[in-house]
Amino acid sequence: MIWDALSLQLGYNATLVTLGATLLGMAAGVGGTFLFLRKRALVSDAISHATLPGVALAFMGMVALGGDGRNLIGLLTGAALSAAAGLLLVSWLSNRTRLAEDAAIGSVLSVFFGLGIVLLTVIQTMSAGRQAGLEDFLLGSTAGMLRNDALVIAVAAALTLALVLLLRRPLTLASFDPEYGTAIGQNVPRTDLAMMGLVLAVTVVGLKIVGLILIVALLIIPPVTARFWSERTDHVVLISGALGGIAAYVGAALSAAQPNLPTGPIIVLVGFALFALSLLLAPQRGALSALLRHRRYQRRVHLRQGLLALAHGQPIYEQLTLRLLRAEGYALPDGVPTKTGRGRAAKALRDETRWQLIRRDPAYEVAAQQYDGLTPIETVLTADQIRDIDSRIDMRGKGGA
Amino acid sequence: MSGSEFVPLSLVPMLTGIFVAVACALPGNFLVLRRQALIGDAISHVVLPGIVVAFLLTGMVTTWPMLLGAAGASIIAVLAIEGVRRLGKIEAGAAMGVIFTAMFAGGVLLLEQSDTSNVHLDVEHALYGNLESLIWLDATGWGSLLDPEALATIPVELPRMAVTLLFVALFTALFWRPLKISTFDEGFARTIGMKTGPLGLGLVIVAAIAAVAAFDAVGSIIVIAMFICPPAAARMMTNRLEHQIAWSVLFATLAAVLGYVLAGYGPLWIGLRDSVSAAGMIATVSGVILGLAALFGPHRHRGTAAPTA
Repeated sequence: MIWDALSLQLGYNATLVTLGATLLGMAAGVGGTFLFLRKRALVSDAISHATLPGVALAFMGMVALGGDGRNLIGLLTGAALSAAAGLLLVSWLSNRTRLAEDAAIGSVLSVFFGLGIVLLTVIQTMSAGRQAGLEDFLLGSTAGMLRNDALVIAVAAALTLALVLLLRRPLTLASFDPEYGTAIGQNVPRTDLAMMGLVLAVTVVGLKIVGLILIVALLIIPPVTARFWSERTDHVVLISGALGGIAAYVGAALSAAQPNLPTGPIIVLVGFALFALSLLLAPQRGALSALLRHRRYQRRVHLRQGLLALAHGQPIYEQLTLRLLRAEGYALPDGVPTKTGRGRAAKALRDETRWQLIRRDPAYEVAAQQYDGLTPIETVLTADQIRDIDSRIDMRGKGGA
Repeated sequence: MSGSEFVPLSLVPMLTGIFVAVACALPGNFLVLRRQALIGDAISHVVLPGIVVAFLLTGMVTTWPMLLGAAGASIIAVLAIEGVRRLGKIEAGAAMGVIFTAMFAGGVLLLEQSDTSNVHLDVEHALYGNLESLIWLDATGWGSLLDPEALATIPVELPRMAVTLLFVALFTALFWRPLKISTFDEGFARTIGMKTGPLGLGLVIVAAIAAVAAFDAVGSIIVIAMFICPPAAARMMTNRLEHQIAWSVLFATLAAVLGYVLAGYGPLWIGLRDSVSAAGMIATVSGVILGLAALFGPHRHRGTAAPTA
């Protein structure tokens, strides 16, 4: 069953919805990256919550005009209008009053959502049985979706994705380096507006699939995940789009196969699983690699300090140092150096003396800057330079004697 | 309206609404000033999985396990956000977005998967609660407030919220000076030896306690609105923290009373038969108050000095 769903064999509607979700996930992943790089990820939360009164008002309006009220295009238009109003209010509150952006976001999202709930209860009592499952917009639901609706969502998602890809370059520039963008004549405020328009489009299209409470996850989780895998903006954009697509595809397919798995939460959880994996395993920024790096560094410091102690004939009390020396075969369990250990210790001491000398000599200033107690001196100086230093050490040794 | 109608039907929800609003607005003042306003948003989302897990473990919808579950979930969320922020070097807003959406999604999924058909536990309830259902059945009029027998059947949400409000107010009063100093100048607070880290965490935990206690009675939407809107509106009115707190308490109370009345009786005035969601209406009224303050408040602009009269 799950395999059927993943290979798109659950019938025309489910396939359309899955494809639509995938396209939407990709658009959200790409669009969300710009939002994330601009450090405005949570603006999307205000936008998505602000859709609710629009959906409710559109429903009431359509019923008042004698319509059915359940027309998806009408509902989504209402959602887009009230989301735009919410977005304008957020920027008005944060630009024109003393409120910080986070307070503006929080107040708009809670008030619009509260108003939406009020309107929903009005609809509940307006005409019994006509509620048309507006609650589906809270958490998303693809079960039993009408063919037309599925088509609308798939087409809208495809359009959004096309728009994101079209605007990719100016958005990258504006989110990565707005000053430079302004300097080369790009209208950065307008680009920002376009970015918010994209976020709005993703939110509105995603309402029916993911639901307004969780749609922000589609815009936030993939970019944050992608950031673990690359330091380059263009790569992060692509990876994020791919991750968003995968999460939405797998989530929508799973939910189509299992009727009691709600679509939105599943998509979010698949995305979060990808995030958790990246957090742990990513090669550069991942937790595991950071841990390994730290351990390697710790090992080198302990080994070196241990060798220096051996060279000076000092006793070693630090258990970790002792264990590492023993494991390398440099020392016996009681801390007495082995033959190789003595050799390595002498070399470590010699290197340290060399370092000390060049750190006092202005001629070696550049090389001496690389001193961190761990870098082997051979990697910094040529063989000739080392010979020169060694002869000076020997001379000094004789002079002192 | 007579006492015999008002006391059993409206007194308890109205008082609960006021207590919730004030208990959230008090810590909200500091959260808004510290640019942590969205913590309330995050907490009210992550409370859901905590409550569902508590229900799955105990099989009952009872107060204490649920409160513990919700509190546990909020603490896990705060730690997870901090962990993601540090491990991944990710900006705080995005880290919050990742964690609270994922935990909320987990909560919804657990809820849908488990058999909760015979108990009153669903996502809608978690979002906008049911303030109207807090009816005091045994009350007959104002006299019932002095009647111990009737008082024993008062809905448990009311005394619980009263205790929570008391706790939040005590915390604010006890830690007033450190809170104030560390909110406005964290560096200075550290130089005079204050432990700003634990204090900040304490504030978040107090906010979480208020959110969790309020959540059960009124749903998360009021909680988010009350953390932010009354303090934000109060900020437009004054430059002094003491006055801001007073304004925020006033606005919170006003929003709760007006919202409840408008939700209960407003539709009747315009000819509709049924009332609308009180939680939603309270949030809406708080938004209207904020809007008015943002348009006309004497200190609505950044960096304005007190107007000289």
